[in-house]
Amino acid sequence: MWFIGLCPQGLSAQTTLSPPASVLVFDTPSDGGESLTVVWSSAASDGPAVKYQVLLGEGPVAFDLGAFKTVAEFPSNSHYVRDAKLAWWIRPGSKDDHLFVIKNGKGIGLKNGHSYVVLVAAVSGTDRVMSATAQASPTPNWLNLNQLNNLILALLFGAVVFYAINQAKRKDLFLRRIPGLDAVDEAIGRATELGKPVLYMTGAHDMSDPSTIAAAVILGRVAKRAAAYETELVVPHREPITMAVCQEITKQAYLEAGKPDLFKEDANFFITSDQFSYTAAVDGIMLRRKPAANFFMGSYFAESLLLTETGASTGAIQIAGTDSDHQLPFFVTTCDYTLIGEELYAASAYLSREPIQIGTLRGQDLGKAFILVVIGLGTVLATIGVVTGVEWPHLMLDLFKDFK
Amino acid sequence: MIFLRRQLPLLITMATGLVFAAQYYVPHPVSEQLLTSVTKWLQIIGGFALILGITSLFQLHAAKIRRKEPGWGYSLVLYAGIVVTVLVGLWNGGKETIDGAMTAFGWIYSYTLVPLQGTMFAILAFFIASAAYRSFRARSREAAVLLAAAVIVMMGRVPLGEYILPISGDLSGWILNILNAAVRRAILIGVSLGAIALSFKIIFGVERSYLGGGRE
Repeated sequence: MWFIGLCPQGLSAQTTLSPPASVLVFDTPSDGGESLTVVWSSAASDGPAVKYQVLLGEGPVAFDLGAFKTVAEFPSNSHYVRDAKLAWWIRPGSKDDHLFVIKNGKGIGLKNGHSYVVLVAAVSGTDRVMSATAQASPTPNWLNLNQLNNLILALLFGAVVFYAINQAKRKDLFLRRIPGLDAVDEAIGRATELGKPVLYMTGAHDMSDPSTIAAAVILGRVAKRAAAYETELVVPHREPITMAVCQEITKQAYLEAGKPDLFKEDANFFITSDQFSYTAAVDGIMLRRKPAANFFMGSYFAESLLLTETGASTGAIQIAGTDSDHQLPFFVTTCDYTLIGEELYAASAYLSREPIQIGTLRGQDLGKAFILVVIGLGTVLATIGVVTGVEWPHLMLDLFKDFK
Repeated sequence: MIFLRRQLPLLITMATGLVFAAQYYVPHPVSEQLLTSVTKWLQIIGGFALILGITSLFQLHAAKIRRKEPGWGYSLVLYAGIVVTVLVGLWNGGKETIDGAMTAFGWIYSYTLVPLQGTMFAILAFFIASAAYRSFRARSREAAVLLAAAVIVMMGRVPLGEYILPISGDLSGWILNILNAAVRRAILIGVSLGAIALSFKIIFGVERSYLGGGRE
């Protein structure tokens, strides 16, 4: 809600300066409240010598200049709408208009639902001209329109994933080979032959992280094979909730493999949440028990190389799968097989071969194809925008920007 | 029973998943308050889950000591470490310093835990060297490319390297900012799409093996 022009004339007349025109005050859109946005037209006198002051008074109507408080002062060639990096669908004025956002805090008291009066003054030396007053009240909003493009793209991607799942139910989809996952059977088989355990880690994050969930899902498949081969499974954890979830997953895997009697409650155990204490403990397990196969799934940090290099020194087959791009070089260097990035999320589908799961992969591929097209198209549009200086390519590019 | 074990968790997952996906787009203080409250709940649940973890740890090591498994002495050290740290921590009220003076609890932290952590972290330097030695042996075409790129980047990152080979600075910058950044972004796009797709699968109950078991 906004109002304009409650006081039609400037409070101080000056001939060289013109009063700021077309002053609009309104509740800042797409925010949590306690904020007002002021927009006014740029003037011919704008320059470093002229300053703008934004004055705030408590409403409903305040004509007494003494009741106003100066909340901001800045050169008149600054604070433009174009500087605010707003998406075109919520831009409050033309790019050359001035914009200032008054926020609660730092000596400014703005309360939701209260009415405030705002005016803008142009100041040059001792001269000062005032705009008409405008009134508005801040209110919290229920939708961040800045992120409308993000929401639409997320929903669109979700629809594509479910469409692909539907398609996968009807016909077989091709799935490219992932050597790291083909090697799961080989690694467990080797552990069986050597009579040594399989070591499985779910990473550094907790169950709220998709990579840990993916690691837990893969653990179910690995545990099922280990149960079928009657091979011991050792799963040290850094997070108690992940441990509890993985215990259930492992138990169910042993049940499904028809070997519930082989399930050990302490196959999943907690060590510590501390990064290097955990690393030292797992390195100790590797050196003492010499597992024949080590699985590193999930997210990792500096401990990745400490774990995998120790594992490599024991001669174990090592399979890693991580979305931590900064640790990928270490895994690629020290492990026999590495699931890179999205392959970690694809593992569940690959191992289960369920059409629904494979359909999701097709959905992801379509998403990637879309992004690829957008990158190509965006490059062309951005180039056209820079070379010709026209506005329309930016309207397209804004659709794919991340606005906060 | 099957409802409590299967349908109810799936319903809770779907409801909370949808609510918190929507929460991202809602700036209203009610939405922020909801997120803050749930974050606190998670911290409280995490605190209780720690009891579960410590119980598991105690049980595992108690069994090792009982059975006198190889290395059971380490389990005794672990027990002693936990008991002493907890007792000293309680004695000092969990404070590392009182009136500027280091407490016994602070001493354990500063002179036991921190050096041990530092030692583990320091080993990384040697492991990087050994891993690099294995990888950089030019046994294949890929390894040779890796070796060449690594040498250029190393030369470009140290002052002496750039002095010996002046072009290495620009070249290493190009490798890191163009080749490396492009590949990293490609991986991140794949990871993000994979994470979103997994989230959709979990929210709508397509992926449910994290509940323990296959489809029912």
